[in-house]
Amino acid sequence: MNRRLLARLLAVLVVGTSSLLAPPVHAADETADALINRLSTEVLNSIKADQSIQAGEVSRIIALVDAKLMPNMNFKRMTASAVGPAWRQASPEQQKRLQDEFKILLVRTYAGALAQVNDLTFIVKPLRASPEDREVVVRTVIKGRGDPIQLDYRLEKTPGEGAGWKIYNLNVMGVWLVETYRSQFVQEINGKGLDGLIATLTDRNKVNAKKG
Amino acid sequence: MRQNPFVLLILFVLSSCASGPNVNARDPLEPLNRGVFKFNDAVDTAVLKPVATLYRDVTPVPVRQGVGNFFGNLKDAWSFVNNALQLKGQAAVESLVRFGVNTFIGLGGVLDVATEMGIEKHTKDFGHTLGYWGVAPGPYLVLPLLGPSTLRDTVALPVDLQGDIVANITHVPTRNTVTAVRAVDTRESLLDATTMLEEMALDKYTFTRDAFLQLRRSAIFDGDPPDEDEAEKSSVQDKEVKP
Repeated sequence: MNRRLLARLLAVLVVGTSSLLAPPVHAADETADALINRLSTEVLNSIKADQSIQAGEVSRIIALVDAKLMPNMNFKRMTASAVGPAWRQASPEQQKRLQDEFKILLVRTYAGALAQVNDLTFIVKPLRASPEDREVVVRTVIKGRGDPIQLDYRLEKTPGEGAGWKIYNLNVMGVWLVETYRSQFVQEINGKGLDGLIATLTDRNKVNAKKG
Repeated sequence: MRQNPFVLLILFVLSSCASGPNVNARDPLEPLNRGVFKFNDAVDTAVLKPVATLYRDVTPVPVRQGVGNFFGNLKDAWSFVNNALQLKGQAAVESLVRFGVNTFIGLGGVLDVATEMGIEKHTKDFGHTLGYWGVAPGPYLVLPLLGPSTLRDTVALPVDLQGDIVANITHVPTRNTVTAVRAVDTRESLLDATTMLEEMALDKYTFTRDAFLQLRRSAIFDGDPPDEDEAEKSSVQDKEVKP
């Protein structure tokens, strides 16, 4: 479909996942699209201002994600949804390990794309939702040098908590993150159990870390 | 579908190995597909990826961009036909204008002048067109050398071949050369993607399948497909339809 699809896809995902790097300072709850708009703007700006993030320094990116992105995400729901029915059988310790390893896997994968964000701009499409909706999809388009790239977020309402909304799934060019991992996770669990999945994720993260 | 040997083969395989321990409803041919996937992967590792990497290393960016633009332009012509078949007026017109502008002003498609002018690309093939008119994708298929597909998209392939300008070049050596260059160009554009795949995927086969099927479905609905997933099903999409 286009050239350097992946480089751009990565860049977009970086903008996407890191669009939440902003502190939830607003006291009153925002609308979901206003939240995404604000976060995207702030995150783009903060990445553009930080050389070491652009260089893909993983520990720094993870620290940033923990401090600023996680408050605006329901990462537990995201992980649970990818793990499927087995999540309910997981002990709290297993649930924590799954979330931690899954997060590292995602963050590290996108870290390499951070150098690409300088050329990017984004628009948030008009929200199609009514005020009483508890879950919404916010659609955005990232524009760089090539074809525009679709980047959508699923958010759930969390009144009084954080900015009033939390992201629990991401969609890049029509591919939802959670859905893309679900079958793989089920496969691992069926073969090796929950601890097997945790071990596989941990090993993969170690291998990726060595590649730098 | 009258005695297309390929379709018959598929149907035969479909009936012969349809069940296993963990059958995915969208991928009843998983054992066969995995075999083909493995074969493709081996060919890629041995030939295509090294050649594409070499191509990236030895050619300057403008050259590669020109080559990519050239093949992209040929695709726009076929996108025009398919957008028209889907009665998407604006997308069809824009595809046609892109093809015209890039062919005549962009030196035969080497320069992508149309994008600079802000005319959007709407890539569509005949598989999209069938999907748009309601043909279900059918089982997931991994084709030898061509990679991920579905039964529907595989049936659409001969039509896409008819609409492919490169495949219609009558001078055989030229056609073969251009086809080979296109393959290398395509693979080069995917080098970063496959590197990421190695890192992201717990199982490359499953990851590729699940991403491909979503991508394809999304493209058919122009990025806005109706919800089909039970686990993620919520009131969101239903309410969204209302103004």
